[in-house]
Amino acid sequence: MEEPKQLSVSAIENGTVIDHIPAKNLFKVISILGLDHIDSQITFGTNLESKKLGKKAIIKISGKFFEDTDINRIALVAPDAKLNIIKDYEVVEKKVVEVPDEIVGIAKCMNPKCITNYEKVTTRFRVVSKKSVALKCHYCEKITNQENLHII
Amino acid sequence: MKNRSLVSIDDLSTGEVIKILDLAAEFERDPVSRLLEGKVVATLFFEPSTRTRLSFESAINRLGGKIVGFTDAGVTSVSKGETLHDTIKMVSSYSDLIVMRHPIEGSARYASEISSVPVINAGDGANQHPTQTMLDLYSIRKTQGTLDNLNIFMVGDLKYGRTVHSLMMAMSRWNTTFNFISPEELKMPEEFKLYLENLGLRYYEHLDFTDIIAKADIIYMTRVQKERFSDPIEYEKVKNVYVLKNAMLANTKANMRILHPLPRVNEIHTDVDSNPKAYYFEQALNGVYTRQAILCSLLGIK
Repeated sequence: MEEPKQLSVSAIENGTVIDHIPAKNLFKVISILGLDHIDSQITFGTNLESKKLGKKAIIKISGKFFEDTDINRIALVAPDAKLNIIKDYEVVEKKVVEVPDEIVGIAKCMNPKCITNYEKVTTRFRVVSKKSVALKCHYCEKITNQENLHII
Repeated sequence: MKNRSLVSIDDLSTGEVIKILDLAAEFERDPVSRLLEGKVVATLFFEPSTRTRLSFESAINRLGGKIVGFTDAGVTSVSKGETLHDTIKMVSSYSDLIVMRHPIEGSARYASEISSVPVINAGDGANQHPTQTMLDLYSIRKTQGTLDNLNIFMVGDLKYGRTVHSLMMAMSRWNTTFNFISPEELKMPEEFKLYLENLGLRYYEHLDFTDIIAKADIIYMTRVQKERFSDPIEYEKVKNVYVLKNAMLANTKANMRILHPLPRVNEIHTDVDSNPKAYYFEQALNGVYTRQAILCSLLGIK
């Protein structure tokens, strides 16, 4: 029997694999982590089949390891993301993302009358609910909820 | 509190609130002093607010301070496109303290982060107006002798009313019972009721005035504005329901006082004005003492 042909993103020797990213948010994850500005070899696949997410995306970054505080920044766009830390082709650690207590410079305040929508101000929110994400703006004190969440 | 800004009432601990109220009582006894001699206070009113501005300017003048500023952003460099950032940077180098009123929400917090001198928020859009809340607290404490175990009635527009939200949050620091009287369309928002529930404080909602006001220690009136209704017929139905008249006060408690942030339109009938329970004009005067106390506290003078 012939093995079924399979197109796969090649394995990496050392680095990080971020799996279970909702396909529609792949480029937001790339942007939040600044992957468009680093020198590492990066491969990604998107619109892959996923029972849980429908369509998912995966990113493999060679030679790059993230701090938890960095990785938690993607929680708003990829709450179910799972990270595999790879050393010598082996998974040495698995991580999940966690919504942080404070969100800086990622989300847009939904209040059209907020100063952050008028002047160049870095947005800042206190996370008041993590399950269904609700963010309280540090400036106008209005709540931005999951439905109205826009990533800058 | 020296060199701190006052953007939201939450910036003050309960101890600090009490300290400011005590200091305001000192200014009420002796309103004229030269504590701000040699100081320059900038009053930046990006939108007009006559009452608040006059109250602040009166407070500064009674303390012997000097004022620079503007009362209309149309005559400033803002009309040339200057950012708030640059305006505040410049003004904070000209003055010892900034009082700012601005139509954009969050502008005061932002200004306080840019400014090298304390900023007092004199209203940022629909967000916060902490000096109003402080003068409300002062008026309540002065008329009731305490801030604890009071029954506060809030009447009118409880949905959009910035002053009632802020006062409700402030009074939730004490064991307060709240009664909310408003039309269906202008009820107290869920988030605020949830906040009270989490604190274990009692609140009751009513659609109109009833005998229940006999239990009130404070009746805090606000205006029901026509623009707030999506359906003009709804407004016509309720517009006379939330008007306080002298005859309704017959069975109210002797210590009860009526507050209103002003301006009043018709929600308190003028026949109430001569009733000793009407307190809204004294309340406005208390604003001067309270603002004197806030200015001195943030400048570290008292």
